[in-house]
Amino acid sequence: MRKFKNLSRNDKLFYILIITILTAFFLIVLYPCIFVVSASFSSGTAVQSGKVVLFPVDFSLEGYKTVFNTKNVWIGFGNSLFYTVVGTIINIVMTMTAAYCLSRDDLPGRNIIMLLFTFTMFFGGGLIPTYMVVQNLGLLNTRWALLIPGAIGVYNLIVARTFIINTIPRELLEASQIDGCSDIMYYLSVVLPLSKAIIAVLVLFYGVAHWNAYFNAMIYLHDKAIYPLTLFMREILMSSQIDPSTVSDPELQARLADMVGVIKYSLIMVSMIPVLLIYPFVQKYFVKGVMIGSVKG
Amino acid sequence: MDNLALMNSNVSKKKSNSKSEIKTNKKRLIDKIAARWQLYLLLLLPLVWLIIFAYVPMGGLVLAFKQYNIRAGIWGSPWVGFDNFVKFFASIKFPIVMKNTLGISLYSLAISFPIPIIFALLLNAMPGKKYKKVIQTVTYIPYFISTVVMVGLIFQLLDYRNGLYGNLYMLFTGTNAPNILANGKFFKHIYVWSGVWQATGYSAIIYIASLANVDQSLHEAAMIDGASRFQRLRYIDIPSILPTASIMLILAVGNIMNVGYEKVLLMQNDLNLDYSEIISTYVYKVGLASGITDFSLSTAIGMFNAVINFTLLIIANKISKKLSGSGIF
Repeated sequence: MRKFKNLSRNDKLFYILIITILTAFFLIVLYPCIFVVSASFSSGTAVQSGKVVLFPVDFSLEGYKTVFNTKNVWIGFGNSLFYTVVGTIINIVMTMTAAYCLSRDDLPGRNIIMLLFTFTMFFGGGLIPTYMVVQNLGLLNTRWALLIPGAIGVYNLIVARTFIINTIPRELLEASQIDGCSDIMYYLSVVLPLSKAIIAVLVLFYGVAHWNAYFNAMIYLHDKAIYPLTLFMREILMSSQIDPSTVSDPELQARLADMVGVIKYSLIMVSMIPVLLIYPFVQKYFVKGVMIGSVKG
Repeated sequence: MDNLALMNSNVSKKKSNSKSEIKTNKKRLIDKIAARWQLYLLLLLPLVWLIIFAYVPMGGLVLAFKQYNIRAGIWGSPWVGFDNFVKFFASIKFPIVMKNTLGISLYSLAISFPIPIIFALLLNAMPGKKYKKVIQTVTYIPYFISTVVMVGLIFQLLDYRNGLYGNLYMLFTGTNAPNILANGKFFKHIYVWSGVWQATGYSAIIYIASLANVDQSLHEAAMIDGASRFQRLRYIDIPSILPTASIMLILAVGNIMNVGYEKVLLMQNDLNLDYSEIISTYVYKVGLASGITDFSLSTAIGMFNAVINFTLLIIANKISKKLSGSGIF
């Protein structure tokens, strides 16, 4: 990089312009995030009267206290955790298995099968026919309804397959075959251990999708005991008041009207915890994963 | 003449060869398939899943041509031809949902397609590695915010009394802010620009990465020739991401009828329904959410949507192949 003062006047102006635009955009993205964090740590009255601008006002944890005193939040959090963990495991097993088989160019018919998968990315039966399949299989209002119908994301399958084709050399397969390694053994003992990077990416994509999903839960589930957190959050975030019967602490109940705002901000923070926890671990694979996906499958 | 005869005999030899070749080929294919039985075993579960959850629903599209009756089931219900489609086209809702769907998606395409590209180009040209990295990392965090939370945030922040928008408006003008959430005309803008806020950083990743792959010697040569940074952006950076951009554009065009219904559904209220009802939310309401659900009509509307999308995708792909030589298939 050349020294700034050595640049031509045009370039200097251009760089200043770029830095200004990007900084503005950066602040626009960052500011609401900081605002939510600050608001969640403020008192209910401060949020309600619009005193919070950048930093927490009347630092208080009452928002979080109320959220943790709401039993639906616990039920939803537990359910969402279950859907995310079990759902992601199913996703990974199904996706990696299919991706491995379809990465083998010595598999007769692999192009046809690949086409069958890819076609569903662009055309499908739509809402009602899919709903009827779920209904006819007896999955309606069961936990399976959120785990099985989305077991494979075709886009992710293509990403994983491209990764396997591009990073695991053919010679490895030939060498293992000479040693008498079967196709299943090769998958388990060679392909999977070498695919850690792509598995991390898939865990992130699938995991976040499960954690954030609400539409399927809304149409397939009626029983509140198996609702994911997003459905409870929808009830709380979209309404202007909170049902007092859902909060167990009587002292907090009395002040609910005052705390609608801060509760919402705290709840948003709580719902982000798992994503923020796993993000640093998979973050370094994230950009890589997006890139593999962009390579034509 | 001799040569010709030789060639003829060669041809006939080839013919007789090819017959036996077909036989041995067949046998070889069977051998090949048999040798890979373990792979087919592994593929069994994914394939069964694909058939049940992707192709059976596609077969379920016949519902669109029937009048569904719960007791008779899909196969027992009477055929009605295109009645369901005609019903949809003739309904008062049709012009509204078409207008909203196309209006929102074209607006969204016009805004949220170029912005990530511009963002990536500027970020790539920006000096200062560390600051660059910080900007990039922060701007893709909002992508991980769920739709429910995002819409909750929009409502909360844009509240005209005590949201961020209301506060800032008060701070700068000293008067109460107008309630933009209750005004249907603002729906489009809130939907699109909140999407820009949420997804620009993420959508830009793909362009940033392809810009990082540009051969640096091109830049060096241009610098020696006295090209300014802007000229290098114009003549090196932009052409180098054009193929990626055209593929992204095809995909976006192929999705033009798929406005993010999850977000729209959550953002809808009685006050903005005339501006926010789109095909996919209407499909949901007709099929599952209203008092009298009509499975057949809902399927027909959904199918209409899917067919248009698929056609647009193919047209966009053809055009892109003609113009730039790259397409998705």
